[in-house]
Amino acid sequence: MSVYLASAILIPCLVGLFSFVSPRNGILRDIVTVSGALIHFFVIYKIYQAFSKGEFISLNVINIFPGGNIEFIVEPLGMLFSGLVSILWLLSSIYAIGYMRAHKEERLGSFFGFFAFAISATIALAYSSNLFALFVFYEILTFITYPLVSHGADTESQMGARRYILILVSSSVLFFLPAIVATYYITGTLDFKVGGIFPDATQNYILIVLSILFVYGIGKAALMPMHKWLPSAMVAPAPVSALLHAVAVVKAGVFSVLKIVVCIFGIDHFQDFGGSDWLVYIAGISIVLASSIALVQDNLKSRLAYSTISQLAYVVLAAGIATPLAIIGACVHIVAHGFSKITLFFAAGSIYLKSHIKSISKLDGLGKRMPWTMGAFGIGALGMIGIPPTAGFLGKWFILSSAVTFQDYFVLIVLMISTILNAAYFLPIIYGAFFKEEKNVPDNNHGDAPIIVIVPICITALISILLFCFPNIPVSLSYKLLGI
Amino acid sequence: MFDQWPSLVVAVPLIAAGICAIIRYEFFCWLVSIITSLVSLSGSIFLYLTVKASGDISYKLGGWAPPVGIEYRVDIFACYLLILISLVAIAVLIYGRKLINKEIASHLRGWFYSMYLLCMCGLMGIVITGDAFNAFVFMEISSLSMYTLIALGRDKRALLASYQYLILGTLGATMYVIGVGLLFNVTGTLNLIDLSIKIQPILDTPVIKVAMSFIFAGLSIKIALFPLHFWLPNAYAFAPSVVTTFLAATATKVSIYLLMRYFYTVFGFSFGMSSELIIGIILSCSILAIFVGSFSAIFENNLKRLLAFSSVAQIGYITLGIAIANNAGLTGSMVHIFNHALMKASLFMILGAIAFQIHKDQLTLTDLSGLGKQMPFSMAAMTIAGLSLLGVPGTVGFVTKWYLIQGAMQNGWWWLVVLILVSSLLVLIYLGKIIETVYFKPASNTGIEMNELPGSTFIIILLAVSSCIYLGFDTSLTLGIAEEAVNALVPEG
Repeated sequence: MSVYLASAILIPCLVGLFSFVSPRNGILRDIVTVSGALIHFFVIYKIYQAFSKGEFISLNVINIFPGGNIEFIVEPLGMLFSGLVSILWLLSSIYAIGYMRAHKEERLGSFFGFFAFAISATIALAYSSNLFALFVFYEILTFITYPLVSHGADTESQMGARRYILILVSSSVLFFLPAIVATYYITGTLDFKVGGIFPDATQNYILIVLSILFVYGIGKAALMPMHKWLPSAMVAPAPVSALLHAVAVVKAGVFSVLKIVVCIFGIDHFQDFGGSDWLVYIAGISIVLASSIALVQDNLKSRLAYSTISQLAYVVLAAGIATPLAIIGACVHIVAHGFSKITLFFAAGSIYLKSHIKSISKLDGLGKRMPWTMGAFGIGALGMIGIPPTAGFLGKWFILSSAVTFQDYFVLIVLMISTILNAAYFLPIIYGAFFKEEKNVPDNNHGDAPIIVIVPICITALISILLFCFPNIPVSLSYKLLGI
Repeated sequence: MFDQWPSLVVAVPLIAAGICAIIRYEFFCWLVSIITSLVSLSGSIFLYLTVKASGDISYKLGGWAPPVGIEYRVDIFACYLLILISLVAIAVLIYGRKLINKEIASHLRGWFYSMYLLCMCGLMGIVITGDAFNAFVFMEISSLSMYTLIALGRDKRALLASYQYLILGTLGATMYVIGVGLLFNVTGTLNLIDLSIKIQPILDTPVIKVAMSFIFAGLSIKIALFPLHFWLPNAYAFAPSVVTTFLAATATKVSIYLLMRYFYTVFGFSFGMSSELIIGIILSCSILAIFVGSFSAIFENNLKRLLAFSSVAQIGYITLGIAIANNAGLTGSMVHIFNHALMKASLFMILGAIAFQIHKDQLTLTDLSGLGKQMPFSMAAMTIAGLSLLGVPGTVGFVTKWYLIQGAMQNGWWWLVVLILVSSLLVLIYLGKIIETVYFKPASNTGIEMNELPGSTFIIILLAVSSCIYLGFDTSLTLGIAEEAVNALVPEG
């Protein structure tokens, strides 16, 4: 099985290499990208099959130095994340082909190349068996996505990309790396182990300092005030924002936080030494603040970005609560938010493609013009608010049940306020799009986006509904993670 | 024959230098140089294998027994440097033939190869000799040939840079020889091993302290340790690009080798002496070097000078490992000797290639604008080598960073951990400046007909840059030798 594991990481890499050298017109590149993504999905499915039969799959690549081991292992959380990334890579590469061609973007070879490399780094991060490997791929992911963020090659993208790389690299170098070295220094190992690796004798204040370093060191989780890079990264083309800044990159962030809470600190420990105390409050404040900022954004993509920041903080909040129910909530929310948010970003791209509208105030009446796009947008928005029948409801449900069980009123109130805020910034868009009259009829009287763009949007919207009806896979995987 | 290798690795370049000076036909000299460095490389590897199998080699030059005669002493640490020098020498020769032909006037080319070999001979000699005065002789051989090589630069300022280096270099060598003189005065021996035994009882006397200070100060100039670094930026900037590459990768490293030799072998330093005054001085100089070097690089526009300032900072990391004074720290600086040579050689080689392609000697930042599209290969290579300098995980630079941080942590020096990490972010700033110019600015040099990159240059750059990544993952070679070298130098470590 380790051959499958290796190919899960190598296939995107090879697709990426091919994109760089492929001929200019790009039909071949499109075929290779899509078929590569298909094969990749199949490989991940094979791994999942073997994994659910209870097979132990691992792959030791190389030992760089003592404590620095590049090793991959299949475990529930990584399985879940890699599955999510693989499905969405397939859909977003179809979308990207449609979008980038319709938009007449240049330098598509390097675009698809870096895109695939980023997927490879994300999959490697998901399967990392230890903190060191996770860090290596975390950093590689940062640098590989830089050319994607700056793809526009104008001053605006240069500045956005500059802020992107500065915040992400300095947070990880200044906080994440010393936390890892200190962890190695204290425990003598960096391997993930459910229940934690710190000896019982470790003093509480050290653990609290480490937890702060870890959570803020993982800038990709965009916990306030480390969130500034995410709105900056929105200068990227729509497919990049969709896949990387709604799913792969940001989810790599919360995935790492979750993994560290569960497998480095251990959820029981995390409550005992007081990690929960500060993290829950910070995450709660981040949720409400980000939602409030989203409320006043008129640029569609920045509203979505702030909505992402607030939704990521849900996962961090759940990790901070560190009860089994909350952890299940976090796992489900990673997947649910992934599908809903990518739908929203796809839709935003599709709107921009056809109408060149960037601001929300101009979206009125667009529902009649672009029914499929706006319909999918509506479903995505419902997922953000957490209304059934979308999967967004499930994650919130688990976190809420944990809050009710442990009578955690702070979490309850935060969830209530944020749900109201979510509704307040998404429902008017949908209402305006479908029930208001169009103010300025565009000259070209355009219809909906091309079919190659519409299909992925509808599929992701559909999946976010299906996931509500059949949440079996994420829930059972998170049970497995907790050993229930 | 094989037991003559210790003298052959030095003697062959010396003889070949003479042959080149006589024949002076360009292609012949180039071929002789290649063969010579190949011989030296294979000799070095053979020595390494022998030392690994059967322990240190003591070679009596001319059959005179030490301490009276000159002894060549080869341990793993020496082999490590020998392999590094000969490897760089051969890579630079293959990389640079076309560049040499372009940058150096035809009647000087033969002399160039002669000086190049002489410089190599001197550097190898410093490493292999076990005799304090013999080290001085080789130091002068390498320095004098270096002054000549730098002065061969096409820019007029090369002469001034060379002269500046000559003055300072001579000062440094003089201080070194004064230190050696003092040691000889009190012990009556010049053999390093013999010295280390004879100064044990008098280690605390003022004479030894003074001698140590002289040797440290003299070598610091050669190392270009802050604040004695000011000869380096100009020398690197105005020398021909092949010379810069060779010097950046080897010259300062050899002086660091000699310094470590004196500290650990002769003066018997051991781990955990972080309270000593001299360690304190090295520590503060290293930290200042890192920050001053990086800041100067940030504000520098001439690219070769920029990289030279970055070298000052990187040398700071190497000496920092000495100051951390524990196993992890010294391993870090040991492995950085090789890693930095690799990264800097790659970067200087790429700069040389660009200068060759766009017909310009002194590249400034604006010359790079828009080259991302015109030279995708060179620019990608430069980005990767730059990321390696930054210490991104998966590159050689990260290995060093990891060890230095660990060493600082073991000492409980948390402030140093923070300083190391902050300083590595400074690299991001000057690297970012270059990358943004390359990929975002519109091309400034349209209309110039570009030279095509010679195939051999292309291959060597490709090899160097891919080793920056490969050796960042597979460290068994570099880290393996570095660890052995630390054990050879500080036995109880």
